[in-house]
Amino acid sequence: MLKINNLYTIAEDDNDKKILNGLNLEINPGEIHVIMGPNGSGKSTLANTILNNPRYIVTQGNIEFEGKDITNMRTNEIAKLGIFMSFQTPEEIPGITLAHFLKSTKKSITGEKQSIVELSKEISDNMNKLDMNKSYLNRDFNVGFSGGEKKKNEILQMLTYNPKLVILDETDSGLDVDAIKTVVKGISLYKNDNNAVLIITHSTKMLEGLKIDKVHVLVNGKIVETGDISLANYIDQNGYKKYLGDNHEN
Amino acid sequence: MKTNIDEYVDNGTRNIYNIKSEAESAKKILGLSEEIVRNISKEKNEPDWVLDIRLKALDLYNKMEDPDWGPDISYLNIDELLTYVKPNTGENRSWEDVPDDIKEVFDKLGIPEDEKKSLAGVGAQFDSEMIYHNLTEKMKELGVIYTNFDVAIQEYPELVKEYFTKAVPLNDHKYIALHYALFSGGSFVYIPKGVKLDQPLQSYFRLNEKGAGQFEHTLIIVEDSASLEFIEGCSAPGYNELNLHAGCVELFVKNNAYLRFSTIENWSKNMLNLNTKKCYVEENGTIEWIMGSFGSKVSMLYPLSVLNGRNAKCEFTNISFAGKGQNLDTGFKVIHNAPNTKTVVNAKSISKDGGICLFRSYSWVKKNAKNSKLALSCESLMMDSESRSDTIPVNNIETSDCVFSHEASIGKISEKAIFYLMSRGMSEVEAKALIVRGFAEPIAKAFPVEYAVEMNRLINLELEGSIG
Repeated sequence: MLKINNLYTIAEDDNDKKILNGLNLEINPGEIHVIMGPNGSGKSTLANTILNNPRYIVTQGNIEFEGKDITNMRTNEIAKLGIFMSFQTPEEIPGITLAHFLKSTKKSITGEKQSIVELSKEISDNMNKLDMNKSYLNRDFNVGFSGGEKKKNEILQMLTYNPKLVILDETDSGLDVDAIKTVVKGISLYKNDNNAVLIITHSTKMLEGLKIDKVHVLVNGKIVETGDISLANYIDQNGYKKYLGDNHEN
Repeated sequence: MKTNIDEYVDNGTRNIYNIKSEAESAKKILGLSEEIVRNISKEKNEPDWVLDIRLKALDLYNKMEDPDWGPDISYLNIDELLTYVKPNTGENRSWEDVPDDIKEVFDKLGIPEDEKKSLAGVGAQFDSEMIYHNLTEKMKELGVIYTNFDVAIQEYPELVKEYFTKAVPLNDHKYIALHYALFSGGSFVYIPKGVKLDQPLQSYFRLNEKGAGQFEHTLIIVEDSASLEFIEGCSAPGYNELNLHAGCVELFVKNNAYLRFSTIENWSKNMLNLNTKKCYVEENGTIEWIMGSFGSKVSMLYPLSVLNGRNAKCEFTNISFAGKGQNLDTGFKVIHNAPNTKTVVNAKSISKDGGICLFRSYSWVKKNAKNSKLALSCESLMMDSESRSDTIPVNNIETSDCVFSHEASIGKISEKAIFYLMSRGMSEVEAKALIVRGFAEPIAKAFPVEYAVEMNRLINLELEGSIG
């Protein structure tokens, strides 16, 4: 489904700093992958590069999705192919209600004309599943939402668009235990044999209750080890010392 | 030689606003002289006291200098301007009587349709003269007067004499002097004591003729405890010659009266818009200005409210949108001249492709304006790094018994937000349009529904024009 081949990127606004250094990754339908790594290892860059954020420039390698090279595709076209990213810091859009946002973006992403009644019901069902207060629909998008509400809103969008591949960029950061449980519930509801999930995280809290296929450790822009859930548990206990050498702390 | 401004003008995307009527005008006058001013007055069969005002104003115009602030307008050559253009029809009471080639324009602008649906009266001006004016029978029975300003001079001379030039004096600035020398058309509104209109009146000013000026005069009197919502619409098709709009609005809001004055100006980008507006508000009276400034090459517009009576209130809501080659120099002025007076300002501006939006405010709180309150908020959104935006507040507060707050924020459209929206399937243009629409939403809410819709359409037009 997703195939990343020998990917190198630089950050344009950060003195062309090299971030990803020959990264390879393959995710198949039905799988859940996890990427862990210390701060600054390139986790968020990977997520943003898959969506072709103009801040990051691919200098070598490519990204394929369902056999198509998407490396230089526009972000909105990538989204329309069925790749969704849950942002680490979701944006606020003043003056645009959540309801308006969901309706116009759903149409943009799927290109389908869905009846307002049908879509409203779908949104309402999804909000129930995520314990979200319906009054939020009439509030400005993410304006005045708590950190947890913003992340739930990302999951609500995920359920509403029903993409093929979901990238969760530190969705658990800053969330309390209950909110993390809700997010995990959302992922479980979404997940089936035909779609895939890439979870970027610092901890194993978000992995409980999910069937994890592969865990990758990302260090200095490269995947240095791949394993099963036991690798995540190891890192949870021991950190990244093993990968960083003596002069690094974590 | 005409002032050719081809290089600045891109009117291509203005669709319905850009319809040029082929209607032949009945009379055109080029330039400005005493003879021309006398001829216009004669054409209108005006009493001597009106001609005297015109001549006095002409004299002032000739003596006065261009404003010493704001954008350069020195390229305006009055001798090349059509100062009076009479359409090939008189003023009509029924749209059926308006010639087809003129009616078509107003049909496309949706005016007759809005009139049927939701308006108590409509006036429509084409170039220098009103071609339509009508008021519902119910309003007439209540004593409401809503006529062409020229007609008001003939039919209600005492009322006009009492108020005309009393809010905006002849010597206010050079272009108001020009206005008083050449004024033609506009609306006169009189709302008698205690009469509250439940539907708005709307005057629409269309400047169709290439290289022409429009100088309509609007005078509104809202008597004690009366209430009115007045809507003013302005537009023009685009040409590669300079057009000039130098209108004037004089408003009088009496004790306990209420006036909401909404304007959407959507001029073509070859227009100099040098408009002057002023309102006197008496005890417990309220003036609400709702303004949308789109289009024009240069706009200079700073409505002044004078809060003359205890508890008088002014609310000022404005949005300006400047694109390529546009310089919108707008703002507001208020004078607090009585205790317990209150001002609330909410101004927003959007600039893109090198457009300039400048917002000036002048707040004068006089010594006697004890316990007065002013809350000013100005927000600017720049779509790119070539565009410019600024706010220039000037405050003259003469009493310590006054609560004054001023918030200003200027920001560039967020690349992060655009990326976020694009990751939700929106194109870059759609993403920017959504952000701008959200930014403008609090202002759009204040407009009458039809105009809020029109404003969103204008924003989309402006944004699509640059990229699509």
